[in-house]
Amino acid sequence: MKLYNGGKIIAGMVAFLIAVTFPFWYGRGKTVSPPDLKLDTPTIEQLKEKRCVEPAAYMRASHMKLLVAWREGAVREGIRSYTATDGRAFQVSLTGTCLGCHSNKDKFCNRCHDYTGSKPACWSCHIIPEEVR
Amino acid sequence: MKNLGISLFAIAVLVTVSVGATSAGWSGLLTIVIPYAALAVFLIGFVTRVFRWTKSPVPFRIPATCGQQASLPWIRRNPLDCPSSLAGVIGRMFMEVFLFRSLFRNTEMEIAGQRPVYGSAKWLWFFGLLFHWSLLIIVVRHLRFFLEPIAAWVNTLAAIDGFFEIGSPTLYLTDAALLAGLTFLFFRRAVAPRLRYISLVTDYFALLLIMGVATTGLLMRHFFPADLLAVKNLALGWVTFAPTIPKGVGPVFSIHLLFVCALLAWFPFSKLMHMGGVFLSPTRNLANDNRMNRHVNPWNAPVKVHTYEEYEDEFRDKMKLAGLPLEKE
Repeated sequence: MKLYNGGKIIAGMVAFLIAVTFPFWYGRGKTVSPPDLKLDTPTIEQLKEKRCVEPAAYMRASHMKLLVAWREGAVREGIRSYTATDGRAFQVSLTGTCLGCHSNKDKFCNRCHDYTGSKPACWSCHIIPEEVR
Repeated sequence: MKNLGISLFAIAVLVTVSVGATSAGWSGLLTIVIPYAALAVFLIGFVTRVFRWTKSPVPFRIPATCGQQASLPWIRRNPLDCPSSLAGVIGRMFMEVFLFRSLFRNTEMEIAGQRPVYGSAKWLWFFGLLFHWSLLIIVVRHLRFFLEPIAAWVNTLAAIDGFFEIGSPTLYLTDAALLAGLTFLFFRRAVAPRLRYISLVTDYFALLLIMGVATTGLLMRHFFPADLLAVKNLALGWVTFAPTIPKGVGPVFSIHLLFVCALLAWFPFSKLMHMGGVFLSPTRNLANDNRMNRHVNPWNAPVKVHTYEEYEDEFRDKMKLAGLPLEKE
C-alpha cells in the first residue's frame, strides 16, 4: 500500500486529533466538584425563615429573568416594589435586597457564574458592598 | 423541492427522537451514550476518510493558476497566485483556508442582449466567510462548558464577541452573523433556480441541521434559559469520563444536543469533509514548479528501457572493430 505525502498528512491528522480532543487532555486526571454556594452570611443566619424572594428552585433557574424584570421595571417605569407570589413585598434593589442577605458575592454569585463562564453585566453599574475600589 | 422536503423531514425526525427519548426516560442514552458514540464516529470516520485520500496518487502539478508563473527574470511573476516554492504554497493555502481566496474570484455571467457579460459576485464569498468564522468562534466559545477552570482566552473571546452588550444576556455577534450567513446560503439554494436544480438532500440537510443547532442554542440563551450548572456538569463529566445524567435541563437542550451529535456522526460521510479536504486540494497545495523539477507520473507502469549507455556496453567490442565513435573507451 503506497501512501502519497503520507508523512505530512499523518502529521496533520495527529494535530487535528489532539486539537479536537483538547478538553479531554485538559480535564485529564481532574475531578471537578460542582460549585459550593455559601448561604452562611450573618443576615441569613439571623433569619427565622430562610426564604429567598421566590422559592429556591425558581430562583436557581430564573433569577436572571427576575433581575432583568426588576431592572426594566425600576429604570423605565419606576416600579420600586415587588410582590412575591406568597404575598411578601420587597424593595426592588439589587444592592439592598439581594446583596442585603447574599453579602458574600465571591462565595455565592461568583461561584456559579465563574464555573459556567457567565458574565452578568450587573457590576458595571452596581457597586459591591464592602469592596474597596 | 423534494430534496428540501426530505431534509426537513430528517430534521423533524431528529426532533421527535429527542423529545420522545426524553419523555420515555432514556436520558442516559441521549446525554451519555449517543454523544460518546457520535464523537467516536466523527473522529474515526474523519481520520479514515483522510487516510483513504492518502492512498490516491497525487496528480501531476496542475497549473490552474491565476497569475504569471515563475519564468524569465524580466517577466513579472505572481508568487502568491502561482507559487513555485513551499513558502508561496503556504501563503496560497493560508489565503485559501482563512480567507477563501478562490471564492473571492467568483464571477457571474449574464446574457446582455446577444453577448455574455461577466461580473464580480462577492456575496457568496462574504456570507460564506461570515458563516465559517462565526461557526469556528462559536465552537471555541463552547469550550467554557468543557474546561474547568475556564481558560482565560475562552473568556476573552466571549467578551470580545459580546462587546456591544446588546440585551441581557448579551447577544453574541457571531450568533447573529452565523444566522445571517446560514440564511443567505439557504435561500441561495432554495430560491435561485439554477442552484435549486443542482441542490441535493445533503446540501439542504447540512444547512438545516446547522440552522437547527444555532436556533436551539439561541433559544436556550435568550428565551428558555437552560440550567447552565447542569450543562457544565454534564460536559465536564464527558471529558473526565465520569458522566452523570443531568436532571431537568429541558427539551431544548436535548434537541440541541441531538442535533450536534447528528452533525458529528454524519460529518465524515458528508460534503462537510471539505474541512479536511481543503488542505488536500491539488490545485492549491502543489507548487507550480513544472519547469524546474521533473515530476514522474506516480501511476506510470514500469517500462523496460535500454539506455544508450547500456547499448554501448553491450556492443562496445563490435562498435570498436567497426570504427564507430564511442562515448566511453
